Amino acid sequence: MLDKNKKIDVEEILKDLDKYEPKRKGWHWREKHDTGDIGEFHYSEVSKDLVQSEGLPASPSFGNIDPQPMPVITSEIASGRFEDDIRRMRMAAWHGADHLMVIRTAGQSHFDGLIEGTPEGVGGVPITRKQVRATRKALDMIEEEVGRPINFHSYVSGVAGPDIAVMFAEEGVNGAHQDPQYNVLYRNINMVRSFVDAAVAKSIMAAADMAQIDGAHNANATAMKGYAVMPELMVQHAINCKFSEMVGMKKENICLSTVPPSAPPAPCMKLDLPYAVALREVFKEYKMRAQMNTKYMTSCTREATVTHVLNLLISELTSADIQSTITPDEGRNVPWHYNNIHAINTAKQALIGMDGLNEMVELKKDGYLRSKVRELKERAILFLEEILEVGGYFKAVEDGFFVDSGEYPARNGDGIARFIDKGVAAGTVVEREEDYFAPVCAHFGYNNVPREYNKPCDAINGCTLCVHSKIKYIDELDEEDNVYKRLERVKDDGTITPEVEWKKDGYVTVTLMIPEEENVAEAAALAMGKRMNLTDVEVIHKQVMQAAEGTLVEIKGRVNFKIDKSNLVIPKKQKLLDEQFMKDWVAEHPVKVVCATVGQDEHSVGLREVIDIKHGGIEKYGIKYIYLGTSCPVEKLIDAAIESKADAIIASTIITHNDVHTKNMDKLNNICIEKGVRDKFILISGGTQVTDEIAKAHGMDAGFGRGTHGIHVASFLIETLIKKRGNTNES
Amino acid sequence: MKRDDDFEKRRTHLKDLSDEELSKRFWQLTTEVVKPLVELAYSHTSASIERSVLLRMGFSSIEAADIVKEGLAWNLLGKGMGNVVLTYAKLKDMEYLNAGRELASGKGWSEVNKVMRGDN
Repeated sequence: MLDKNKKIDVEEILKDLDKYEPKRKGWHWREKHDTGDIGEFHYSEVSKDLVQSEGLPASPSFGNIDPQPMPVITSEIASGRFEDDIRRMRMAAWHGADHLMVIRTAGQSHFDGLIEGTPEGVGGVPITRKQVRATRKALDMIEEEVGRPINFHSYVSGVAGPDIAVMFAEEGVNGAHQDPQYNVLYRNINMVRSFVDAAVAKSIMAAADMAQIDGAHNANATAMKGYAVMPELMVQHAINCKFSEMVGMKKENICLSTVPPSAPPAPCMKLDLPYAVALREVFKEYKMRAQMNTKYMTSCTREATVTHVLNLLISELTSADIQSTITPDEGRNVPWHYNNIHAINTAKQALIGMDGLNEMVELKKDGYLRSKVRELKERAILFLEEILEVGGYFKAVEDGFFVDSGEYPARNGDGIARFIDKGVAAGTVVEREEDYFAPVCAHFGYNNVPREYNKPCDAINGCTLCVHSKIKYIDELDEEDNVYKRLERVKDDGTITPEVEWKKDGYVTVTLMIPEEENVAEAAALAMGKRMNLTDVEVIHKQVMQAAEGTLVEIKGRVNFKIDKSNLVIPKKQKLLDEQFMKDWVAEHPVKVVCATVGQDEHSVGLREVIDIKHGGIEKYGIKYIYLGTSCPVEKLIDAAIESKADAIIASTIITHNDVHTKNMDKLNNICIEKGVRDKFILISGGTQVTDEIAKAHGMDAGFGRGTHGIHVASFLIETLIKKRGNTNES
Repeated sequence: MKRDDDFEKRRTHLKDLSDEELSKRFWQLTTEVVKPLVELAYSHTSASIERSVLLRMGFSSIEAADIVKEGLAWNLLGKGMGNVVLTYAKLKDMEYLNAGRELASGKGWSEVNKVMRGDN
């Protein structure tokens, strides 16, 4: 079992991999929560809680609850180094992802066979048996730690689809993209070969109970106008669904990869919602994998997040069995660690926030929505009719029917045309002869199994899908390009470097609002990055605030230092007294404090939360307080303390402009000294920018910053008073 | 091909169908489109499919690739590469994994071809 407070040990995972068997096989759907009661709330559409997790940032205000939506949540991870991906997968799982998808390295779909070992990838990871086995082994540990099975997923496509499908089935991969149309349209792999291979690949996936996701969403991302291809998308989904079913896949394992095709400033609900409804009606027997829009993503992570929340609204109003997430930085670079987490939280936050929405609103049964739904279905049917008219699927592809930017039946003549005798691996399909025999399980197609065998693999006393130990494991083929060499280069040496993608990559981002026009601002930002001693400085986002007044620029760059961990001064965490002990102690030794927000400062929320019983403030422990409100002069606060014979003064200081917060601390301390009462009062300062260090440096006994609750202040007060009164007794 | 949106003209035969009839038609047409593709797959094989058979038999990806490369050269893919390996193992009275390794190294093909093709 992994220890929450210890890093996952990649080297340990790599040990004895040749003998590792996955704990389980097959896809896992989330189970419904038994009651829906979580914390003080009742939820309508939630799944079972995790044993350990990281809640949303606001979770502490709601008793640290972390309700989990019903859809499986996907995170796509693709750094190029699986050893770093494993760490990110753990972070993702802790935030609520249970479908971890690994993007393949560029060019793998044209690789004729399996890649072995652990070479480094570009824009993804080379999917190899060792990489898959190590990742599955890590996920087996992580799923135990969070308390929910994790689906591991990659791609069964390219010219080695059946090879990869076998390896995935053997190694406990739970889901995969498989759609021969993806090969044909986007990878220019010969169409005959693609469909012949797909049948076997799908049959193997079915035997391992894997979920399948199709590739139709690529038409949305590739077409000139993503929102014009909706009738075609329905046809693409249909072809893959029906083909999969006819070669033996269960309908409940067949998922449509569907994307809301447009984004603001287009009126995306008007375009996307009818399409989502039409799909869910026509494909009601299949599962929906709701993807987020990538087509209209820019480098603005805020804009991406809003588009994705609108996508989530569509999922909520219709349905999603799998809710995929796209990282908000996908318009900038290969996703970074924390952006995977942001994307997962966007999905979790929005879906949980919309819990029960369908009990309050429903989609209209007439008007624009219904007529648009109807129209899309009819357009898709017309598309199918014309495919048959021209002589079938292959002929339609040759005629450029697909990924045409016209909304069918309109055609713009810009579709992707492929030819039956062309493309990668053209002419490589061979007819099975009468005595064709494949002595293995999960094989699709004609198989002349000799009569003496009950099942084909009896001929070899079991195939690898039946006898795991028969799998032939290859460790490494390249002496230089492998995980061990990479791990050696970033060995732990007691130093800390920030990272976004790979261990010790050193990348940081800096946000700069530069009061210059766009081009000047960009050049200035790069110069500033260099002046900050960053290397490899690049602009990753810019946005004009106003043509002349300024430009927002975000840059990334690498830091050229490391921090020695042993030299760090880490503030000690406050040890808290037992709550009952505090209540009992205060009952016997009454405690009184006066408090106010000092200076010209009207903020009151933070202080009230720390003192009021309603918010679990110090009052909860029996401490009496006199609250003098906001914008209270320091002198008045001290006079009230003297008059009421208080034990402590709590001064809230939120505004920090011109260091007014520390000036007020000094003032509080100095006046107390002048009046000869400094030793009578415990002086406490609090505020969002206050730290214990700052407060102590300005004469306070303690300072409390962001995240402070009544218990922290009460515990400090009582502990100090115990010491103080103890001393008084002695003297 | 370029074509203006003639949806209104084309849809005349669909416009009176109920939603249910529409769905039914959609799936009927899909089945018609897909059926020949399934039939094609049923009766054909490829290098990747045969490698996948050999992987399932317990060969490494490297051995599987070598056997299929030879099998293609000898035009024996249509017999099934697993079938070829088993035939050779029987012929040589050896364990099938060893037989496959011999074939992967380029040995034994003319013998196995003779048995499987039944000619010289």
